[in-house]
Amino acid sequence: MNLTLRVWRQAGPAAAGAMREYRAEGISPDMSFLEMLDVVNEGLIAKGDEPIAFDHDCREGICGMCGMMINGAAHGPQRLTTACQLHMRSFSDGETITIEPWRATAFPVLKDLVVDRSAFDRIIQAGGFISAPTGSAVDGNAIPIPKLDADDAMDAAACIGCGACVAACPNASASLFTAAKISHLGSLPQGQPERSRRALAMVAQMDLESFGGCSLFGECMEACPKGISIDTINTMHRDFLFASATKRDVKEWSGGA
Amino acid sequence: MLSFWQSSVGKKAAMGLTGLIVVGFVLVHMAGNLQFFVGPSKFNEYSHLLRHTLIELTWIVRLVLLAAIAVHITAAWQLTQRAKAARPVGYERRDAQVSTYASRAMRWGGVYLLVFIVYHILHFTTGTLHPAYDEAQAYGNVVIGFSSLWVSLFYLGAMALLSLHLYHGTWACLRSLGLAKPSSNPLERRIALIVAIVVPAGFSLLPLSVLLGIVR
Repeated sequence: MNLTLRVWRQAGPAAAGAMREYRAEGISPDMSFLEMLDVVNEGLIAKGDEPIAFDHDCREGICGMCGMMINGAAHGPQRLTTACQLHMRSFSDGETITIEPWRATAFPVLKDLVVDRSAFDRIIQAGGFISAPTGSAVDGNAIPIPKLDADDAMDAAACIGCGACVAACPNASASLFTAAKISHLGSLPQGQPERSRRALAMVAQMDLESFGGCSLFGECMEACPKGISIDTINTMHRDFLFASATKRDVKEWSGGA
Repeated sequence: MLSFWQSSVGKKAAMGLTGLIVVGFVLVHMAGNLQFFVGPSKFNEYSHLLRHTLIELTWIVRLVLLAAIAVHITAAWQLTQRAKAARPVGYERRDAQVSTYASRAMRWGGVYLLVFIVYHILHFTTGTLHPAYDEAQAYGNVVIGFSSLWVSLFYLGAMALLSLHLYHGTWACLRSLGLAKPSSNPLERRIALIVAIVVPAGFSLLPLSVLLGIVR
């Protein structure tokens, strides 16, 4: 396959960026999207040019490192698929592919297609701990959990924090990410003691990071490589409203004083 | 309360609650309007009931609606500014994948509806912008008001946008308030579809029947 790539190039966080055109020649349809970029980068390095910087790690769709806007869609045209698991057979020979970094105030571009997603880490940090005993593992069925609750928690826990939800959202909202994290622990008995505190703190941090609000466009759910449902956002709103109304856990939040 | 309002989730909940109040109002308003088809005396009587007999109740409803719309618009404005600030550098290409046209029309459609509401009050409530307003003749006011093609078209345009606003809004307000049940075929989606069809259709019957000469 021979392709034309239009790629966002930006030398550093403060540098001005621009779209640049590259040729990708002799690409196998069985290559992943990142392997195709590797081939292009080898060519660039051989010519003495700066290779295209992009984030990646596991390349098997579970780490959440890779992610880019491919032809106007987060992670490209295939549903439930990260950029590393997207294969070139999803494109046609001779196609022009537009590749851009995630765009959000909260995700500043570091270089080319690499963005800083530390804002997600700070939302997770704001969530704090759960009151689980440490030490040796608890017996598997010591705490009975209804199957459907376990399923809900597992579905939400599938979030890999790639940031596609923010990238695809017209508001650049992190609602799906934050909601997945809130409803993951909120669905389980172990997550109950800090449930209200967690909802308030994570939503507060999400706002602090300059993400937009949720308009329920639904674009995040479509972009999510793990298929996390916007039903989690409903749960986040419910937990936030309940916590705001009852002020439960706020005492504990301030250290029990 | 302040921290609640400052939160984006709190603002959405406020928009959801105020939106729900207005959804309730448009349902009642539309049902009340249908008395137009019973005849002039019934419709004038209904107008008299709201403007004189139940005037205290009418004022309570007006004030609640005014407050609801003020909160709704303030939150919408602030959330729009927030969304703009959240992505100052746009994409060269971002294709909408699944979002409905209705959801994308919420902001500008809302502005159109605001202009419409102001005009509508000056047209049929105060009569300021009505060519031959007579407070006692609500039926006649409607017939005269809608015999202007441009006025009727403006009303019908507003009803098309109201339909879009209700389709996304009725669904979204229940979700913003955390009232939805997880489902692949959500109940609130079906409720929203019915509201978005029935309410604007009921309202539109008045200008349409006048324009088509069915009612004189």
